[in-house]
Amino acid sequence: RRCPRGLRLPRGARAPSAGLTAFPPCRFLLCASGDFVKVYSVSTEETLRLMGGHADLVTGIQLNPHNHMQLYSSSLDGTIKLWDFMDGIPIKTFTVGSKLLALYTLASAEDSVFVVIPKKGERDTFQLVSVKLTKGAGQDLEVKELSVILAGVDASMKHIAFGRGGEYVVSVKDVNLQVYFFKRRLLNRFSLSTVKTKGGDNRFSCVVCHPTEDCIATGHADGKIRLWRNFHHRKEYTYSTLHWHHDTVMDLAFSMEGTRLLSGGVESVLVQWHNESSWQKDFLPRLGSPIEYISLSSDGALCCTLHTDNRITIINSNLRFSRSIQGLIKSRDVKTGLVVDPRTKALVLNGEPGHLQFYSLQSDQQLFSLDIVQRQYIHQAGLKQSDLVKVAFSAQGTWLATVEESEEINDPELQLKLWFYDEETQSFKLNTRINTPHDNHITDMCFRDMDELEHDSLILVTTGRDCVFKVWVMVEDTDPEAQQSVSWSCDFVGSYHNYQATNCCFSEDGSLLAVSFEETVTVWDSLTWDLKCTFCHPPGNIRNICFGRLTCSKYLVGATDYGFLCCWNLLTCALEWSAHLNVVILQPDPLSEHIAAVSWLSKESSLFVFKPNEPRPIYIQRNLCKEKILLAAFVPRDEPEMISSERYLWLRRSQLFFLTDTQELMTLSTKSLEERLTPSSKQLAVEESLPVTPFSLLLGKHRHQQAQEDKDPGKPVVHNKQEQASPAVKELLHTPAHVLPSASFLCTIFINSLLISKESKSAEEIVDEVEMESEKAEDDSDEEDVTEMEQEDTGHVELLGETTCKLSKSQEKELRKIRKTDYSWISAF
Amino acid sequence: MAAYKPVVVQACPKLGERITQDTLYWRGYKTPVQIKEFGAVNRIDFSPVQPYNYAVTASSRIHIYGRYSQEPIKTFSRFRDAAYCATYRDDGRLLVAGSEDSIIRLFDISGKAPLRQFEGHTKPVHLVGFLSDKYRIFSGSDDYSSKLWDIPSATEIISYSEHTDYVRCGCASKVNADVFMTGSYDHTVKLFDARTKSSVMTIEHGHPVESVLLFPSGGLLVSAGGRYVKVWDVLKGGQLLVSLKNHHKTVTCLCLNSSGQRLLSGSLDRHVKIYSTTSYKVVHSFNYATSILSLALSPEDETIVVGMTNGVLNVKHRKPEEKNEKSQKKRQPAYRTYVKGRTYMPKQEDFCVSKPVKRVLRKYDKLLRSFQSSKALDAVLEPPIMLHTPEVTVAVMQELHRRGTLRSALAGRDEKQVNLLLTFVARRVIEPRFTPVLVTVADMITDIYQPVVGQSEIVDKQFLKLQEAIGKEIDYQEELLEVLGMMDTLFATFTKKRDICLEGNKSNGLTEIIETDMNY
Repeated sequence: RRCPRGLRLPRGARAPSAGLTAFPPCRFLLCASGDFVKVYSVSTEETLRLMGGHADLVTGIQLNPHNHMQLYSSSLDGTIKLWDFMDGIPIKTFTVGSKLLALYTLASAEDSVFVVIPKKGERDTFQLVSVKLTKGAGQDLEVKELSVILAGVDASMKHIAFGRGGEYVVSVKDVNLQVYFFKRRLLNRFSLSTVKTKGGDNRFSCVVCHPTEDCIATGHADGKIRLWRNFHHRKEYTYSTLHWHHDTVMDLAFSMEGTRLLSGGVESVLVQWHNESSWQKDFLPRLGSPIEYISLSSDGALCCTLHTDNRITIINSNLRFSRSIQGLIKSRDVKTGLVVDPRTKALVLNGEPGHLQFYSLQSDQQLFSLDIVQRQYIHQAGLKQSDLVKVAFSAQGTWLATVEESEEINDPELQLKLWFYDEETQSFKLNTRINTPHDNHITDMCFRDMDELEHDSLILVTTGRDCVFKVWVMVEDTDPEAQQSVSWSCDFVGSYHNYQATNCCFSEDGSLLAVSFEETVTVWDSLTWDLKCTFCHPPGNIRNICFGRLTCSKYLVGATDYGFLCCWNLLTCALEWSAHLNVVILQPDPLSEHIAAVSWLSKESSLFVFKPNEPRPIYIQRNLCKEKILLAAFVPRDEPEMISSERYLWLRRSQLFFLTDTQELMTLSTKSLEERLTPSSKQLAVEESLPVTPFSLLLGKHRHQQAQEDKDPGKPVVHNKQEQASPAVKELLHTPAHVLPSASFLCTIFINSLLISKESKSAEEIVDEVEMESEKAEDDSDEEDVTEMEQEDTGHVELLGETTCKLSKSQEKELRKIRKTDYSWISAF
Repeated sequence: MAAYKPVVVQACPKLGERITQDTLYWRGYKTPVQIKEFGAVNRIDFSPVQPYNYAVTASSRIHIYGRYSQEPIKTFSRFRDAAYCATYRDDGRLLVAGSEDSIIRLFDISGKAPLRQFEGHTKPVHLVGFLSDKYRIFSGSDDYSSKLWDIPSATEIISYSEHTDYVRCGCASKVNADVFMTGSYDHTVKLFDARTKSSVMTIEHGHPVESVLLFPSGGLLVSAGGRYVKVWDVLKGGQLLVSLKNHHKTVTCLCLNSSGQRLLSGSLDRHVKIYSTTSYKVVHSFNYATSILSLALSPEDETIVVGMTNGVLNVKHRKPEEKNEKSQKKRQPAYRTYVKGRTYMPKQEDFCVSKPVKRVLRKYDKLLRSFQSSKALDAVLEPPIMLHTPEVTVAVMQELHRRGTLRSALAGRDEKQVNLLLTFVARRVIEPRFTPVLVTVADMITDIYQPVVGQSEIVDKQFLKLQEAIGKEIDYQEELLEVLGMMDTLFATFTKKRDICLEGNKSNGLTEIIETDMNY
């Protein structure tokens, strides 16, 4: 299979689909996320390490009961890996051979772990097996000793639990509960009546065991929690029932001593049951989204809940919300599309229900979540919730327009809200709320992108299924004592033949507005609101429209249902060209004239990048991914990236992001995965993990002094720098002239490199610059060949490595001096 | 984790009067005291010194009232004919008045008989006043002349006869003792300097001038005549600054408030309008029973006195401000504990621990938070909420509907509660902002209580009322649609014309120009 080069997931954008957590003593939070295991710092919420190595989904992680600095992880690729998570190094890999669906460890079981594997030859039947971890010298080991403990178990890891001290194992499936006692080799089976009591569905959903007593707690699909005791006897067993949840109990967890039981479910309420006082309840309500997993830290001080929307909440032992770790929040349906906030360059889309999330792509963090609907969200199935459907930013990001509607089809209860960015509070503030701006669903919305200095130039256009488009303008309040000076009101209502308005788009200079009405595109003058001309490419409704930009601003591009991509010339009012292409998304780059079109044909998405002035695309990527791409957005880069290949030149100023129907965020990148994943905070974390001892304090003080000494700009440093600069300059002079950039461009850099600057501008930077120059020269001479480029990439890394080596040498002498003093100090101690 | 979000109550912009600081200020007057005079009240003047008595000129008498007295504390009645324009001197000890018999009389406040009489005019004198040096009097008369008199010698100093019609109003500059101005029915206001023989400036008002006023700074002049109030910049040689036309009958009197920030004008149209002197917009207006002839505001805006054509004097006193006193009393015993640490300003290195803000939830919000839908509905069906803030009731109903518990909240109610519910629905269902929600509520009520219809007379009556209300609304809407249809036909004819000219621009075969909105 031809894999597109450099198509990579950005970090953490994938949901922790097998979200399993483990707490080593309160410092780190480990979480399985996709093919990786992530290590978070509990105190700073940051991702400290990303441990990759599994080839498929990680299904289970467990701390090594004999060494709390080690972690076992199992994956669908059939391997168990042992990690040192402090350093992020895989210690050992055990290959089991079949898919591993869950992993359990026991303190009492010496060097063996328990996994759930599918039974050979039969589909959908699974068995719990004990795996003897072979001891060997090498890193990769083959596991041979497998012994079946329980057959006919369920695949989910929540359906098996080990009892007090590892004496017994409990497994639940449907309405059956089986307990296996290791010592007595006894298997007890219990089953609930399959007859559905009124509205109830008493199937098991999860099971946990009491840590000190012989007690099993099971959660059920009807919201009940059953506590089983006396299950040594087949007949005289007892159970009691706790009932608070109205829907499935998703997970249960006992506290360390077993005095408390935590339960969670769809209601997104964490319930704490007290063992002693007749199961009294405490609640932690409104956690935001349904709880999927509950996990406790090994010292019992913290508890964390994993939510369905890709979020981890850390909760104190006294049931107080502490902090939350969140990446890209997964919402049920991304209706808003991918929008880029011009101010923060963050990706903006639906977040929690009724919220808008601002997701920073650089840091893989949610910047903030803006509550748009401002209503209490009730977690209950079958309710008509109102949610955000459209979002638009003005060009500078000072205004934000949002549309929310309820799910009811006949009476959508529409609201258009306009938010103003308040510089003081650094957040958006509600300015105007318009109830039922249209009589039917709003299909599209856009601002006029122009200088916002002139107030009257800001215009918002909404199109609706009620066959009109509306123009909203800012109105200044005449009353000087009013609280806010501006508000929005409707200025113009346009319609065309009573067709439904589907899309709208402003030209780059804001003089023209294109509105598509089913099969027709209409172009309006934005000053007088006169209909200027219409375009049509029958048959088929218009799906997307956009204006060309910069040099191509005289073109209007549209895509139709019937699989045509058309480009009209606005000056001649004629069709310039058209192509047969089933375009799903049409996305113009705000910084260049490129337009990206994503097509969906025979179960594969393809990407085409073209300029409107010529019908031939400049970049084609067939078979981009198997999933259907729903949304795309160009995100401007902070600084133009050096891209050598002409094929990827269109990615220079902005990056293209996609969202697929499985809610995975993807991007096209020319860099390799390793480069993107270099953990920047690696060293920081090591320092942080050091225990605070008097020695470390003293050492820290000394280090501080040392750092200050290093900072002192002295003559020897300058000397070194000159020596450093000379080889680079030499290289520059030896490069053939015809591959160098113009002399005027190099002159300042060259002269600067010769100068002895007074500031302590490190030699590193200058060398770097020079290296970059020479490298660029190489690039120019290179041909556009993928394989060659990759070589060049590695060359680049090597070059960088060299420079750092040289640097360290240059300062080694000084460091040695310092070290001498260092040792003398220790001996004095 | 988020806190509970209270129910969003849809705020609708209130139509009609908007409440501003001004409305609050000018509403702070007690109900007026009405005093009957013998004839039309042509002039009210407040004494500039404590205790701010005021002289009211009506018919042939001048009454002096105290601040809260409803009976005159003193009366000057030595007039043979109607008296006009009784005005206090700056020190509040002398009073001058003109009269129908063309004689100007000067009274001492404590005496009864006039101190001086100035004779020289040949026609009734409607305007008299003191110059700001206190020793001279200016006057204007129906013989078109205006004169200046010396008080000690009771002699005429100078006479100007430049107006060509009755001189009916005027005022003296507070800044310069020699400057005064008169307004006349010949549509002009003339500015005189006592040191020169003729007028210094003439301002053309355009209507017979009924009242003139100089700002305390002396730079701006306000003239009223006809329906207009005009403001002139005197220092720029009488340039028109702004022309206000807010009355629909002749403006008869003008007055400034104590701070000089607000201008008041009274008119024959029974209104007193209050303007801001910065924006010259009407910030408030008062309504009176009959046409207003004269108007005065006491120092510190304590009292507004308005004289009317039917001889009624309308006196409004300002309400004393009670709130401040009360709150001060409350705070006194615990003063120290309150003050402790209040004035401490956190320094830069201080770590501030802020007190958790306790959020106050309304009763229905508390009930909704704990999912007690029926009780939440009860809470908003209480008369004060239901009557004064129906939007709250409707918002809670909408929230319940959203949660899917509206039906169970509405069910299981007794006769009294159903009656209450139906009254509310029948009354509010026709309000457009409530209609969508209340129609669902009405639907549910009829569904739930259908089996028991006919068991209670009161409830049946309410059902009929609801039916009636809805029937009426439907008729009304039908009528509106008819009107809309008619208007659309008219608009359609306009559109057609424009399309024709658009079609002229047709340039290419591919472009098709299709008329907008032609399907009416």
